[in-house]
Amino acid sequence: MSERIPPSQVPPAAREDLLADDLAPAADDLTTDGDAVTDGDTATAGPPHAVGRRQWPLPKLADPDAPLLLVDNLTTYFSLEKGTVHAVDGVSFRLDHGEALGIAGESGCGKTTTALSLVQLLPRNARIVDGSMKLMGIDLAQKTENQMRRYRWREISIVFQGAMNALNPVRRVVDQLAEPIEHRLDQSPKAARKRAGELLELVGIPKRRGRAYPHELSGGMRQRAMIAMALACDPAIVIGDEPTTALDVMVQAQILELLERLRRELGLSLILITHDLSVIAETCDRVMIMYAGRVAEEGTVAEVFRNPRHPYTQKLLSAFPNIRADRRTLEVIPGSPPDLREPPPGCRFAPRCTFAMEVCSREVPPETTFAGVRVACHLYPEGGDGMPVTTPPPNAIGATAPLVPPPSDAPPLESIDEVRGA
Amino acid sequence: MTDRSDEILRLDGIAVHFPVRGGLLHTLLRRARGVIRAVDGIDLTLRRGEVLALVGESGSGKTTTGRVVVKLTRQTAGRLTFDGNDISALWGTAALRAYRRRVQLIFQDPYETINPKQTIHDFVAEPLIVNHIGTPEEREAKVLAAIEAAGLRPATEFAFRFPHELSGGQRQRVVIAGALVMDPEVIVADEPVSMLDVSIRTELLRLMLDLRDERGLTYLFITHDLSLAWVIADRIAVMYLGRILEIGPAERVIRDPHNPYTAALVSVAPTTDPPSTGERATRTILVGETPDAAHIPAGCRFSPRCPYVFDRCRVEEPPLFDVGGGQSSACWLSEGGRSLPVLPRPEPAAGTATAGKPAVAPVPSAESA
Repeated sequence: MSERIPPSQVPPAAREDLLADDLAPAADDLTTDGDAVTDGDTATAGPPHAVGRRQWPLPKLADPDAPLLLVDNLTTYFSLEKGTVHAVDGVSFRLDHGEALGIAGESGCGKTTTALSLVQLLPRNARIVDGSMKLMGIDLAQKTENQMRRYRWREISIVFQGAMNALNPVRRVVDQLAEPIEHRLDQSPKAARKRAGELLELVGIPKRRGRAYPHELSGGMRQRAMIAMALACDPAIVIGDEPTTALDVMVQAQILELLERLRRELGLSLILITHDLSVIAETCDRVMIMYAGRVAEEGTVAEVFRNPRHPYTQKLLSAFPNIRADRRTLEVIPGSPPDLREPPPGCRFAPRCTFAMEVCSREVPPETTFAGVRVACHLYPEGGDGMPVTTPPPNAIGATAPLVPPPSDAPPLESIDEVRGA
Repeated sequence: MTDRSDEILRLDGIAVHFPVRGGLLHTLLRRARGVIRAVDGIDLTLRRGEVLALVGESGSGKTTTGRVVVKLTRQTAGRLTFDGNDISALWGTAALRAYRRRVQLIFQDPYETINPKQTIHDFVAEPLIVNHIGTPEEREAKVLAAIEAAGLRPATEFAFRFPHELSGGQRQRVVIAGALVMDPEVIVADEPVSMLDVSIRTELLRLMLDLRDERGLTYLFITHDLSLAWVIADRIAVMYLGRILEIGPAERVIRDPHNPYTAALVSVAPTTDPPSTGERATRTILVGETPDAAHIPAGCRFSPRCPYVFDRCRVEEPPLFDVGGGQSSACWLSEGGRSLPVLPRPEPAAGTATAGKPAVAPVPSAESA
């Protein structure tokens, strides 16, 4: 920190860079290394890949023209004493090179299980019962644990939520980072440590801070270290499972900025899993809204967030406190998610849905696509125009009122305004 | 509902300094020991029936302030007045018993607040038993009423369940019931919804506002999330490194922030609007994290991170300047009620310095191995 120029001594334009770029390593630190490698043999080590810095060949069976990741009908169940939990029940999606996909939903909607299925780090009582997960044409769902090691961290890596729990408290950060590089990539200890130092700089931690133990780093720094670890084996896909949830707003903004930069510079593909829709709005190209183990809606961030079609997406968006919207218009989603041991027949959101029709509790809604948005809801039947077939009855079961009624018809609020000194 | 001047709680120059314990070497060399100035002189007034949100990053002293209010932490300096009585020197369980009946605390983590071996009923009843309130029959009625008031209906169905049988949202309702059973006037809520899903948060916020209307409760709502404060609070106080940098009606603090720190917080506040609207370009992401309270910068404590900083800021600490409409800001730029000037935005060309930077750390190639 000390060698950084205080913002006040920098001309305003450059100062903005400092603000935005945070602790990024100084340019001249890395130029030499960077040049050496582009000129060296590493640039040709792998086939032309979206990243262009890939250090080893693609897996033998990989088809470079296939989509990076194609998940089809993924179904993961947990067996409990009291029954089988249908945690993920027929989820399909696609991720392209360099793309960022956000997966959102309430706790228990299956978003984390989806992520853990991808890297096959599921708890022992969970198992993938159906579906395929094709990474460049290779079906990961068919891989044994031993075969999976070839892909985990090297092709798909994951950043977990609680950095303090994921890091080893009694080892220096740089050593923890060097270990997987040494073993997975067959590097000498010295080269691995060098690479670890570079990774730390890449995520904005000064190299010498790598000698610190996890408890000596702040929450934001630890999360940066976790991201460095996920990047250690230079994967094509990084999954972030609630990567910013425990962080302060300002630190969260810094971490999101970092992910954005890494994606741009490394050509990474990201899957961000979060219940915080703002994180997705901020960083992702596409968003997939999950409810009770199924996909409710999926499409570009701009389309889904500006023009949500699925009633659940609409509710989720209006339950989000937005500083740029009017005060106290927050809505409540009535009821709670269904018990996934015995999910309701038909649409799983039907019991909480304002729009629920008779068909909803009977038939599972098919996924239909309009203007690039995939939605699973009976309001949008196949062959329709993408407009809902019905509008909600005014006093339907589950209709919600805003958090606080508008002041005009609510005398109590007026008196609160007086208290506020408005 | 109430008179504007009706103060229920008042903090005057409250400070909390924690001594840093030095090692043996420090003792031998007789070095001066540092202090952590967690709260460094704040004035705050809580009006009856209002929701005052205390917003700040971690390490800003907001939780310590809350603990001073509920008398769990001893203030180093300053005065605490409750309902007209000076309670700064009031200590000890017996002396505080009456105060603690009127001022209750809700913690962040509903998983750790409730004893897993206690039923909901026993958890809610405990404060009544400890304080010898009522006969067993009266207690029973109070407990069930509190559980219902917290939105767990019917109370009899929940009363004899254990915490693990409840969801996170329901647990937080139990914690609220535990606070309500004492019929308090003030509730200090420390990040009460941070652990919960967005959709459940809304339900709890609504419950808290409903309880305020029904029972005339007053809340000190502590949060790091400015958008939550925006939704629930009548007034917002923004804390940074133990000081209040800006305070005022929620509407004014959010829509017209006068302090650069508040302005930065507002600019990075989470939103679900996709950023193509150009919003992202106007964000101010501050460098670094809140510096630690053991080394508070000289002058204005925000100056090292402030995009507006000028010479005076590094020498003199600004007091809270009244900027009108009940809003005050501790910034030299607010002196005389002035607004923040518009900061010149960087030209697109200026960004090339960043873009050209090879931030990619290359994998050591085979030759270097």
